[in-house]
Amino acid sequence: MTPLLQIRNISKAFGTMLAVDDVSLDIAENEFYALLGASGSGKTTLLRMLAGFEAPTAGQILLDGKDISGTPPNKRPVNLMFQSYALFPHMTVRANIAYGLEMERLPRAQITARVDDILGVIELTPYADRKPDQLSGGQKQRVALARALVKRPRVLLLDEPLGALDKKLRGAMQLELKRLQHEVGITFIVVTHDQEEALVMADRIAILKDGKLLQSGPPREVYEYPVNRFAADFIGVMNFFPGVADAGGLTTDNGTRITAPSPTKGPAVAAVRPERIRLTPGDNTLTGTVTALAYHGLDLQLHVQTEAAPKPVIIRLTADMAEAQSLNTGDPVTLGWLAKDTRIFPA
Amino acid sequence: MHNRPLLFTILGVVFAFLYIPISVLVALSFNDGGLPTAWTGFSLKWYGALLGNADILQAALNTLIVALVSATLATILGTLLAIGIETRAHKGRWLESLIFAPMIIPDIVLAIALLSFFSLLKVPMGLHTIIAAHVVFNLAFVCAVVRARLKSFDWSIVEASTDLGAPLATTYRRIVIPVLAPAIIAGALLAFTLSVDEFIIAFFTSGAGASSTTLPMQIYAMIRFGVTPEINALATLVLGLSVTALALAQRLNRGGIPGQ
Repeated sequence: MTPLLQIRNISKAFGTMLAVDDVSLDIAENEFYALLGASGSGKTTLLRMLAGFEAPTAGQILLDGKDISGTPPNKRPVNLMFQSYALFPHMTVRANIAYGLEMERLPRAQITARVDDILGVIELTPYADRKPDQLSGGQKQRVALARALVKRPRVLLLDEPLGALDKKLRGAMQLELKRLQHEVGITFIVVTHDQEEALVMADRIAILKDGKLLQSGPPREVYEYPVNRFAADFIGVMNFFPGVADAGGLTTDNGTRITAPSPTKGPAVAAVRPERIRLTPGDNTLTGTVTALAYHGLDLQLHVQTEAAPKPVIIRLTADMAEAQSLNTGDPVTLGWLAKDTRIFPA
Repeated sequence: MHNRPLLFTILGVVFAFLYIPISVLVALSFNDGGLPTAWTGFSLKWYGALLGNADILQAALNTLIVALVSATLATILGTLLAIGIETRAHKGRWLESLIFAPMIIPDIVLAIALLSFFSLLKVPMGLHTIIAAHVVFNLAFVCAVVRARLKSFDWSIVEASTDLGAPLATTYRRIVIPVLAPAIIAGALLAFTLSVDEFIIAFFTSGAGASSTTLPMQIYAMIRFGVTPEINALATLVLGLSVTALALAQRLNRGGIPGQ
């Protein structure tokens, strides 16, 4: 089966600046796909090319196997939910949502039925006759979503959909978006700079850096098996130990030995996630001094200065584990983790 | 610290200076006796006299035609110009200055220039030349008002409309124009007001005779024989019209779409 959307060797140059550099991706029917990257990574440019607002400098975009690179945005079966929501300020919620269906010249009765239907789905029926400026941020976000969804596009593009919401609402909306995507059965492509958001929502993630595709895959794979040092650093928190790698592991700059499966030789970094480190000796053991404790409610972040790395090692302990240890800054601790939880990347 | 009583006194003096002459004019237009020196009772008879004066009625009609037509043309052209400037890719300062020029150039210069221009081209003078002349400066004002609104215009709604399947013309008709409507109407009202009481340019670009005499020109002609109570009444009516139009324009442009 051919993927729903095929992005083939696509590039976009603005003057001499290459915003998107030879990116290829396949996105399947009904997939929730996240384009993850820092600002300037080219993720928004890529999204705008999919919507049709930017023409690719090179490459092709195939939808259902047909090249749509030259199709104008108003003729693509693709809709975009704007980061600013871009609601029409002079129209009611109902009129905003109906607008896209009116452009399809559907019969009035059908438009009304579909608008009523989607108003129910986003739970904004009581607000149907309000203007956008009479809505809260979360309500505007839902109207923007409904306005794009009601057209039943083949692909829905979402540009930082939760960016303008406060942290608590964002958490709730992440799951809400995922549920909605499942319910309507439409392919979602979300642009985000928030790696946690991408991990929670997406079926697959593509990490972009400086216009290039760094890695793509399911959240777990991307988190557990980053392809390089940047990807490892970008997703989640990672501890790095610079040194020289050989077949069996890595020797840090101060001579500490770290055992790990090693794909490389020469200058490299060993990397381990904070939640893989215990306060007991393991395959790899370090000693150090607690320099900071950060309480996060569910867990406790511990910063431990060791001789193996210039930066403090970060460890995540569950709150009760931390309590049992009753740690304070300045306390000496022993750190241990398994060789299989260690990754080695060329420096 | 602020000296509040002093500040209020100064404010009072300034307002008195600005508004006492206008108040006197309005009051005298209702003076039964018609003499500026003595109040002899309230009367509307000078307003009645206006209605009986064929020259004034003709001039009022001319002014209305000039103001309506020139404001309409200036609004259409000025709005298009504003959108054109704000959406063009390369912004240049010289273009901005050129557009503002008719607002800044002294009226008398513009008047002479237009008169020379029309004579050079041998255009017969009349109401149409006044209209054309008024479009010249009104265009600049409408453009300025609409552009001010466009500065805070969220262009992503244009993309949103396109994304939802609208062709460009539909996007303008259903999204851009309605959202800009308060500014466009405000610009139109401003243009109308400016045109109603414009004297110098109209005077230079009008044809001979009553057929292209506007209200300010008529008043000027009458005033040479002294200020009559009729003129006071006429001025009061013009004042009322201008103030209403301006107040409406301000109100619209401020409150138009709440939250914008």
